[in-house]
Amino acid sequence: MDMQSSLLDRLLAAGLLIDTGIDGLYGRSGAFEDVIARFEKLIDVHAPADARPEVIRFPPGMNRTHFEGSGYMKSFPQLAGTVHSFCGCELDHANLLQCIAEGGDWTEGQKATDVVLTPAACYPLYPVIAKRGPLPEGGGLFDLQSYCFRHEPSKDPARMQLFRMREFVRMGTPDQVTEFREDWMERGQALISAVGLDVELDTANDPFFGRAGKMMGNSQREQKLKFELLIPVTSSAKKTACLSFNYHQDHFGTTWGLTTHDGATAHTACVGFGLERIALALFARHGLETADWPADVRKALWG
Amino acid sequence: MSIIEDVREIIASHGKLPVDVATLADDADLYAAGLSSFASVQLMLALEERFDIEFPETMLNRKTFASIGAISSAVAELAPQERVA
Repeated sequence: MDMQSSLLDRLLAAGLLIDTGIDGLYGRSGAFEDVIARFEKLIDVHAPADARPEVIRFPPGMNRTHFEGSGYMKSFPQLAGTVHSFCGCELDHANLLQCIAEGGDWTEGQKATDVVLTPAACYPLYPVIAKRGPLPEGGGLFDLQSYCFRHEPSKDPARMQLFRMREFVRMGTPDQVTEFREDWMERGQALISAVGLDVELDTANDPFFGRAGKMMGNSQREQKLKFELLIPVTSSAKKTACLSFNYHQDHFGTTWGLTTHDGATAHTACVGFGLERIALALFARHGLETADWPADVRKALWG
Repeated sequence: MSIIEDVREIIASHGKLPVDVATLADDADLYAAGLSSFASVQLMLALEERFDIEFPETMLNRKTFASIGAISSAVAELAPQERVA
């Protein structure tokens, strides 16, 4: 048995995750959810006290027009999930039922709706903020959390298809957003150390699609646009990215016409926390029974 | 037509630069001139089609596409000899 399936099997056997029959799609127990809720509170404790981000919670679906405008399909077509619905008449419905009864592909007639599953918590944010007009003088700071979808079925519990991402997003001048990112790289390491996990900060790249993607990824790495905090989850040799620190330069600013108070194209950066991955890292490191976790870790999370 | 002239023409049509390519020296930094990541990918694909080459993964980086001269050297390295002649 490899390490990945063994952690997943242990989580399922302990009832922390609940099998749905689909790889990467799991129910979560109360104990699992409690760890995520407590960790989110700890994120708030480690956030700069005077920052006062605007809190926004989007549902896990986003405006399809905004999704198209974001350029996501240029980079990650293989990961996207679109929402389709039945839009036919009564006859179409009768044919649909017959097709299902015969075990045929009933989804062929489904039509795309105006909703796309959110691929990252911050994607719905940029067009909404751009629509408000220029940013205030100090720029913008936002606190987001959403379930996100990525189509990559896997037995690796750290690679779920539907998972939650907590994010802080900074918008403003290049200095404002790079300072924000530097600050969170420090805070993120302190936060993870506080719950007894080993951390390693490394440059990274997103899984852009195809050969063109290879070039995008190399470019992202060379420019140090993405850093990740790697934590052992299913393996201590091949660690899992649990936090990421991304500098988008003017990509979203240009895409959405987002400007600073004086009319310059805004730069953006975000820090993202993979909440399930962090919970998994905690269970993998400290055991499946939270009551048995080390006292300092319990104190950090439960007070 | 020389490789460098071909390369200049492809940059003009696919590089989406905010400046006229004719004003750029062979060693001018294309990223500083406004070449974006997405445009550099389109440029890469257009070069492959025009010269009938395939950039190996080791060359799919910023350095390869940093200047007109750098691109031309890479193309010369990869292009079949009869086409270079």
